[in-house]
Amino acid sequence: MGSFADNFYQNFIEDNRYEYILNGLGVTLIITLFSVMIGIILGFIVAMVRSTYDKTGKGLILNIICNIYLTVIRGTPVVLQLLITYFVIFASVDVNKVFVAVIAFGINSGAYVAEIIRSGIMSIDNGQFEAGRSLGFSYVQTMIHFILPQAFKNILPALGNEFIVLLKETSVAGYIALQDLTKGADIIRSRTYNAFMPLMAVAVIYLVLVMIFDKLVKNLERRLRNSDH
Amino acid sequence: MKKFLAVVMVAVCAMGLAACGSKGSSDKTLVMATNAEFPPYEFYEGDKVVGIDAEMAAAVAEELGMELKIEDMAFDSIIAAVQSGKADMGVAGMTVNEDRLKNVNFSTPYTEAAQVIIIKDGSTVATPDDLTGKKIGVQLGTTGDIYAGDIADATIERYNKGFEAVQALLQDKIDAVIIDREPAKVFVSQNEGLVIVDEEFTVEDYAIAIAKDNEELLTKINEALAKLEASGKLQEIKDKYITAE
Repeated sequence: MGSFADNFYQNFIEDNRYEYILNGLGVTLIITLFSVMIGIILGFIVAMVRSTYDKTGKGLILNIICNIYLTVIRGTPVVLQLLITYFVIFASVDVNKVFVAVIAFGINSGAYVAEIIRSGIMSIDNGQFEAGRSLGFSYVQTMIHFILPQAFKNILPALGNEFIVLLKETSVAGYIALQDLTKGADIIRSRTYNAFMPLMAVAVIYLVLVMIFDKLVKNLERRLRNSDH
Repeated sequence: MKKFLAVVMVAVCAMGLAACGSKGSSDKTLVMATNAEFPPYEFYEGDKVVGIDAEMAAAVAEELGMELKIEDMAFDSIIAAVQSGKADMGVAGMTVNEDRLKNVNFSTPYTEAAQVIIIKDGSTVATPDDLTGKKIGVQLGTTGDIYAGDIADATIERYNKGFEAVQALLQDKIDAVIIDREPAKVFVSQNEGLVIVDEEFTVEDYAIAIAKDNEELLTKINEALAKLEASGKLQEIKDKYITAE
C-alpha cells in the first residue's frame, strides 16, 4: 500500500477515474428525482382511493386493486422488483436503463408514500371533515381545502424520510448494469482493488446529499409551522 | 460548516476503524476466494462449489497438508479479500495483469485461457474489429471489462454476473458479450441462437492470486502446482471439465 496521496491519485485521478463517480452521481440524482415524482403521484392517487373508501365506503374495486399493489410492492425487496422490471417486464426490448430504474423505484416508492399520505389524512379529526361538509363544501373541496393542507404538515417528516430512503435505495441500480454512484465506486474498486478510497468517497457523497436534503425539509417544516400562529 | 466537517470526520474515522478486521484463516485451513458463477472453472453443484479451480485448489491444499475452505463472493471483491487477509488466495479464473500485480502476487500460470466474443446468430460482428461503436456486455472487473474499454466508441455495460450479460444479449439489449472462453462455451451450449466469434479477443494466462506480504505461501503454492503439473493431475482435472473440440 502506498501513501495516502498515491492511493488518492490511483483511485481518482489516474485514467480520469473520478468521472465514474461524477457520472454516477448524475445518474443517481436523475433516478431519485424522477422516482420521487412518480412516487408522489402514484402514492397520492392510491392514498385518495384508500382513504375515500375508508371514509365513505365508495370504490370497493379500486380499493382492492390498491391493496394488492401495496401488499406486493411492500412485500418484496426493491432489488428484485428492479431485476423483474428489467429482465422480465421489459424482456426482449432494448430499453433505456435509467427509465427502467425510474419506473421500478417510482412504483416502489409510491407504495410507501401512499401509506404515509393516508396516515396523514386519517390523522385529521373527523370533525374537520364534518365541518367542511356542513358548510356546504363537496367531498373533494373539503379534501383539498381542509384536510390535505393539515395532513401535509403532519406527514412532512415521514415523507422526507421516505425520500432519504429512496435516494439510498437507488444504490442497487448497479444490479442492472446501470452506472450509478455506488456502481461508480465498484468500477474503481474493480480496477484499483482498493476498497477504502472509492467506498468512503461515495459514502460521504451520499451522506452530504442526505444532509442537504434534510436541511431543505427542515426549512419547509419550519415555514409551515409559522402559519400555525 | 465546522460542525459539519466534524461530523464527517467522525464518521470517516469510525468507518476506518471498522475496516481494520482480523485475519480470517488459521494455519490448518487454506481459504480460497472465488466467484462461483464461472463454469467450468467454478460453479455450484448443489450447495458445493466445484470446477477446475475448486478441484485444483483442493489438490494444492492436499499437497500443503491443509484443509480447503471456499468463500464465494463477487469477482471484484476477490483481490480485496486476498489483500486484507480474509482469504489466503484468490482462485477464480483470474488473468494476470498489471493493475492486479500492483496489489497481489500471482503464482505460476496454471492454464491458458482467452477472452472471446459471444454474439447472436446472424449478428454483423465477425471479428473483434467489428465491435467498434457496439453495445458490449461484460462482467464487472473481469479482463474482458478492462480490455473492452479500449474499443473505440463502444458502450460498455458492466453486469455483476456473466450470465446476466448473456441474458441481456439474448434479449437484444446489447450487441455482444466479451467473456472467458470456457464459460462462453457453456453459455452458448445452454442457449440457442448464440455463437462464439472464431477470432479470440485476447489470449491470457490464469494464475492464483496471493497477498503481497505472503511470499511463503506463494512459494509453497508454486511448488504444489509444479508437482501437480508433473504428475499429470492438473491436466486430469482440466480434462474432466473441458471436453476437447
